Amino acid sequence: MAAEKMSIAKALNESLRHALDTDPKVLIMGEDVGKLGGVFRITDGLQKDFGEGRVIDTPLAESGIVGTAIGLALRGYRPVVEIQFDGFVFPAYDQIVTQLAKMRARSLGKIKLPVVVRIPYGGGIGAVEHHSESPESLFAHVSGLKVVSPSNAHDAYWMMQQALQSDDPVIFFEPKRRYWDKGEVDTETIPVPLHRAVTVREGSDLTLVAYGPMVKVCLEAAAAAEEEGRSVEVLDLRSMSPIDFDAIQASVEKTGRLVVVHEAPVFYGSGAEIAARITERSFYHLEAPVLRVGGYHVPYPPARLEDEYLPGLDRVLDAVDRSLAY
Amino acid sequence: MTVESTAARKPRRSSSSRRTSAAKAPQSSEPQLVQLLTPEGERVEHPDYSIDLSPEELRGLYRDMVLTRRFDSEATALQRQGELGLWASLLGQEAAQIGSGRALRDDDYVFPTYREHGVAWCRGVDPTNLLGLFRGVNHGGWDPASNNFHLYTLVIGSQTLHATGYAMGVAKDGGDSAVVAYFGDGATSQGDVGEAFTFAAVYNAPVVFFCQNNQWAISEPTARQTRVPLYQRAQGYGFPGVRVDGNDVLACLAVTKASLERARSGEGPTLVEAFTYRMGAHTTSDDPTKYRADEERAAWEARDPILRLRTYLEKQKFADEAFFTALEAESEALGKGVREAVRAMPDPEPMAMFDHVYADGSSLVDEERAEFIAYQASFVEEGN
Ligand SMILES: Cc1ncc(C[n+]2csc(CCOP(=O)(O)OP(=O)(O)O)c2C)c(N)n1
Repeated sequence: MAAEKMSIAKALNESLRHALDTDPKVLIMGEDVGKLGGVFRITDGLQKDFGEGRVIDTPLAESGIVGTAIGLALRGYRPVVEIQFDGFVFPAYDQIVTQLAKMRARSLGKIKLPVVVRIPYGGGIGAVEHHSESPESLFAHVSGLKVVSPSNAHDAYWMMQQALQSDDPVIFFEPKRRYWDKGEVDTETIPVPLHRAVTVREGSDLTLVAYGPMVKVCLEAAAAAEEEGRSVEVLDLRSMSPIDFDAIQASVEKTGRLVVVHEAPVFYGSGAEIAARITERSFYHLEAPVLRVGGYHVPYPPARLEDEYLPGLDRVLDAVDRSLAY
Repeated sequence: MTVESTAARKPRRSSSSRRTSAAKAPQSSEPQLVQLLTPEGERVEHPDYSIDLSPEELRGLYRDMVLTRRFDSEATALQRQGELGLWASLLGQEAAQIGSGRALRDDDYVFPTYREHGVAWCRGVDPTNLLGLFRGVNHGGWDPASNNFHLYTLVIGSQTLHATGYAMGVAKDGGDSAVVAYFGDGATSQGDVGEAFTFAAVYNAPVVFFCQNNQWAISEPTARQTRVPLYQRAQGYGFPGVRVDGNDVLACLAVTKASLERARSGEGPTLVEAFTYRMGAHTTSDDPTKYRADEERAAWEARDPILRLRTYLEKQKFADEAFFTALEAESEALGKGVREAVRAMPDPEPMAMFDHVYADGSSLVDEERAEFIAYQASFVEEGN
């Protein structure tokens, strides 16, 4: 068994290395991904080992990066592109939304676009403007795209492998404040399917659903709730599009309560979709309305206010209390 | 001065013949550029760009550069001490910024990126206001209208379009002020910058595109952005481009002034490429040893913009020991003032994030603000 402890950053690096090694069609593209290894060092050492033809430093142009990746994919390559920070994906948004997402359907399935767009996202690292955003629902809303986010090193390794093998475009959101969190990575056991939610903690009183950076917070909240005699189940969604509603439904029909937690603004966020659909599916099982915890409808604030903006332990526990009080 | 005549009067020697692979070849290390003060501090003439400054004016430029560098190094130190989350140093780019900044009239308007601390200085923006963004207490702590200096822009290239639109507005209003957009060599790859060039050209907007080519976009050399020297890009859009020695404050001043004059007199945009060098890291989070050789920086140190003006001032006896000593004291005082001001800068009130989201207000924001206040108050009641 090849289990090893490593950070999420390292797991992504190993995963990309494995892909470059095994599939000559895989390419890595982005700003500073070469010598520097990316600003978060996710591609560290890859250009040295696979050359400038496989790990490509691109001009500083996001529309160009995604647009040419589309062309390369049309030609049979499997590009993995890095967008340096969440707030800089928007120059590429046009290419992603109007082209990458739709070409397969337009071509009646003749065109495959196996492009992975990696985006370090979310707050909590004290960064300046445009470096802490959670734009995932803007992508999940667009059909044709798959949108995923790992929360731990093992998933980071395997979900990247699966994203790379997908013939559909995958927007791969990397929780940047978790890059340095370490965990066990087993590179041999057959992984959970990419879009399956995983129960990361069993419980019977209430279900917390989260993904990416908030999974850790929810696990901490569940542990704290246990001290108060509450049994909280935590589901790591892993995929924001498609969403594993069956898993959420099964959990909710067991616990009767649901709180959805994410960093992105609550308004029109993924929590809204989950709340609505679970209400439709499990109306008679719910003991309380589905609650949401997330960011506010304000521009992501200056770093010194992000602790107030980001859902922390207290806000999650507060929602747990409110749900249980119904 | 027409587009054709400018292009014709400044023929450039192509350096591409020596290249085996143009995309890989580094930019010519000896670019043809407008220079008025050599790295050795010798005054030279240029047929198109002459300038005549009094000793007092020259001392003023020197003072600006020294104080800007002092402010910048203080900010770097404050980042190291944990007072700032990040800092983007302008070390090495003082001449490009002070030269261009001092060419501006008060009624001109500036659209900076995030590294234009020297230009901000010329515009009279209180330097400590620049630090709020980097400390994480605000997203830009000054009113752009009071100094005609727009907020810093972190999304690369965006502001070139704003500058162009603003300039289109100036032209519509019939004034004779001009607009300057600052950006880096990396930014020239962005679609927005290409679109700004297009708009500025077809609407003949009174805008000067001031590109500080500091050789690097984080780890990527200029050769990763372009095969032709950047100033030559302008020709394809139909306006003149000129490369100036970005470490020569006099040349930067003269070329920017001439470009602004063109804009004022209705002749449209100019692209100025200030050929300079980023002596420090990209930002305090960057590690340049991963991608560039120390010798490169050493070579550029010999072209230090401040040193060369000092040599000239001393040789010409335009400044005496008392001037330099007084300036040193002034620098120290500036550093101290900035340090104290930053440490005293309070964190914003948490409620502030709900302010200014909409001009007309928003029931949603009001609702969330009320929830937030109630939630915060619940801690106080519980006595936590
Ligand atoms: C649209 C966008 N993409 C990526 C980034 C990340 N980034 C910040 S600065 C930078 C390099 C900029 O280089 P250049 O334009 O040459 O300006 P310099 O910082 O060297 O002055 C990059 C890639 C960004 N800020 N905006």
